[in-house]
Amino acid sequence: MSGAVLDVRDLTIALPAGADRAHAVAGVSFTVDPGEIVCLVGESGSGKSVIAHATMGLLPKGLRAAGGQALLAGEDVLAAGEARLRELRCTRMAMIFQEPMTALNPVMRCGDQIDEVLATHTRLSPAERRAKVLAIVRAVHLPDPERMVASFPHQLSGGQRQRIMIAMALVLEPALLIADEPTTALDVTTQAQILALIRELMRAHGTGVLFITHDFGVVAEIADRVAVLRAGTLVELGPAREVLSAPRHDYTRMLIEAVPSLVPRHRDVVTAPVVVRAQGLSKTYAQRSWLGAARHAVAAAADVSFEIRRGETVGIVGESGSGKTTVARCVARLVAPTGGRIVIGNTDFASISRHELHALRRKVQIVFQDPYRSLNPRRTVGAAIVEGPMNYGASSSEAHARARALMDLVRLDPQSLDRYPHQFSGGQRQRICIARALAMEPDLLIADEAVSALDVSVQAQVLALLDEIRQRLDLAMLFITHDLRVAAQVCDRVAVMTKGRVVEYGTVTQVFGAPRDDYTKALLAAAPGRGYAFGKAAREAGAAP
Amino acid sequence: MSATADALGLEAPARPPSAPRPGTWRRLSRNPSVFVGAAILLVVFCMGLAAPLLTPLDPGEINPVYRNKKPGTEQTIRAADGTKTVVTHWMGTDSLGRDVYARVVYGARASLTVGVAVAVISVAIGLAIGLVSGYLRWLDPIVMRIMDGVMAIPAILLAIALVSLSTAGLVAVIVAIVVPEIPRVVRLVRSVVLSIREEPYVEAAIAVGTRTPLLLVRHVLPNTIAPLIVQATYIAASAILIEAILSFLGVGIPPQTPTWGNIMAEGRTLFRVFPHNILFPGIFLALTVLAVNMLGDGLRDTLDPRMERRA
Repeated sequence: MSGAVLDVRDLTIALPAGADRAHAVAGVSFTVDPGEIVCLVGESGSGKSVIAHATMGLLPKGLRAAGGQALLAGEDVLAAGEARLRELRCTRMAMIFQEPMTALNPVMRCGDQIDEVLATHTRLSPAERRAKVLAIVRAVHLPDPERMVASFPHQLSGGQRQRIMIAMALVLEPALLIADEPTTALDVTTQAQILALIRELMRAHGTGVLFITHDFGVVAEIADRVAVLRAGTLVELGPAREVLSAPRHDYTRMLIEAVPSLVPRHRDVVTAPVVVRAQGLSKTYAQRSWLGAARHAVAAAADVSFEIRRGETVGIVGESGSGKTTVARCVARLVAPTGGRIVIGNTDFASISRHELHALRRKVQIVFQDPYRSLNPRRTVGAAIVEGPMNYGASSSEAHARARALMDLVRLDPQSLDRYPHQFSGGQRQRICIARALAMEPDLLIADEAVSALDVSVQAQVLALLDEIRQRLDLAMLFITHDLRVAAQVCDRVAVMTKGRVVEYGTVTQVFGAPRDDYTKALLAAAPGRGYAFGKAAREAGAAP
Repeated sequence: MSATADALGLEAPARPPSAPRPGTWRRLSRNPSVFVGAAILLVVFCMGLAAPLLTPLDPGEINPVYRNKKPGTEQTIRAADGTKTVVTHWMGTDSLGRDVYARVVYGARASLTVGVAVAVISVAIGLAIGLVSGYLRWLDPIVMRIMDGVMAIPAILLAIALVSLSTAGLVAVIVAIVVPEIPRVVRLVRSVVLSIREEPYVEAAIAVGTRTPLLLVRHVLPNTIAPLIVQATYIAASAILIEAILSFLGVGIPPQTPTWGNIMAEGRTLFRVFPHNILFPGIFLALTVLAVNMLGDGLRDTLDPRMERRA
């Protein structure tokens, strides 16, 4: 393995005393060859980012390499001093990060930021540097390079910013590129483009790529080889095709099975009565000066219509900025829609007065995306769950009895009602949020990206829980997600939204199987790893041979 | 719509930054500036409280014979029954023969009263206005423009106006200092409320039908407490200084009540000959303000997690 760009041998990184385990990473060995993409996969806390940062010499204070080597073309970077590391970065190894907005300096033009790399590491003249900057910006397929180098980061889109980051990383043609979740913050169509770009540049320059991700779809799309990490140890290492189709380790198998399949589950058509009907729903945000004069208006949602029947799950899928969350917030009446109707029972939820709204609020409940922020950190879990029923006149003992029953329903210990949110994990908190919503005995439960912040194994459990609750309580559910895989598994019908409008609405089999709208087609084509069977299909395929 | 954001997350953050962390009191007592600041303040507070025990002399008693004596001068007092007692003027006497030590000790009362009263009143009023203004969007621009106006009133001119309207006294001084302090508290509370109201847990509370007043008290108010405690200490420090300035200028508390400000005002004319009249109250004033500010800095470092991380 002398030709490897990166040769990590028995790497061990110690955590500070008092952490939940002794080593962030223990005894990890793998190699990255030139012109090869190795994916480090793992759930949060598996130590995959720590390995990347250790290789770059960017370990945060408190973490230190306790053993092993990380050989960059034969030179141990763990033993290198700060001056040597500075020389190596960008010239021999480079890194791109998850969030391109925070990784770029907001007050410096993009061209100047790339130029800085050249000015630091080369003796080129300003004219030569400028030519090189324009060349690399062209190489990452940014339109109008002259304008791009003169722009500030905030003037570019997320995908364009990530391209600038890649240009900056590759301008000196390093032997090793470390990509730390570079597409996690991007929309699925942008993600597909960035993945294709990384692959193209890797081929053209023979760069070795260490690609860190939690997403098996991305792995299927880009990896040559895969290393699966679990709690700091390497559980499986092998060619991508083998690991994905015939995982040897139980943990890998569990992870792959937890990835929802893109093939929709067969579902019977729901014929129960309609619970919620949205007609021509729209929300326009108008920016006003403090005297009240409107400056300009943004239509976050326009003319959105759908209906949800009892026991049915309707999904709204779309990329960021498509208006899907705005629709959810309008239906929950957290914001007042500016047009259209939301009919629940016999009342138009969109236009009732404040007083009537209070009485009807309990019929629609919402579970939010971020489990760390949707519970008040200063109040116990029990207080959070009983708050709603007690607002509507339940006695304390009634409400607490109900809270205990609900904790049982969401598979949490009813005895832990007097604990605080920080004592629970992300998945557990999301269960608590579900219990809080159910305490109101709603007709409609809205899940606004409710599983997006969770690890894939936890996500699978929460999705199963939501499905079970929907069946047991015969709930109507509005499921907002950017993840097509999740939508394929939980929804009966889906609405595809872009730029505030619904472009396609139909049963999940129709929309996923035979999309009519061009945008839906593009969205489905961009879904990473669609060539692989994940989830239940993976289980069946694994069982067959 | 980002999925798992685990930049370097070895373990998901066990506690969000605003959570009440265990052992707040212990961490406070370990912070040196909190400890020293609180200790000095406690001494000054006890001094004001126990003033009659610390000196046998009346701070207002004029003695024409013992005018402008240097610190350490002894005086023999003959009581009606013929017994003699010797008192030492540790800090000398002023131009009316009053004992400076007695006046400084009693003067602590006025300073601390003004400091505490201004802090409490301005925080209470500012908190109420800030909560409402931050939460009710339609009210916000109106309230904030009024606050901008109030902020433009200088405390000293307001005090002069109030004193000329009524009589000089403790109440007038407190009102004069409170009024311009309120907008500062309102702005602080409002900024906290504006960020908290966007938190999903506040929206979740709205969704379960919690009415606005309860929502403010239960979910928003607790988050404003830590920054307010810190702000209150700074207000107290500046109030003590402004009171001294007002008394020094003669528009504050009347001269028969000793305050550090008017002791200094009294000694101003003979400063070059008898500097002790200004020196001793000045030292106490500086120490007290320093102590309050140290306490405030220490509280900010321990209660505000952002400052802690930077340290």
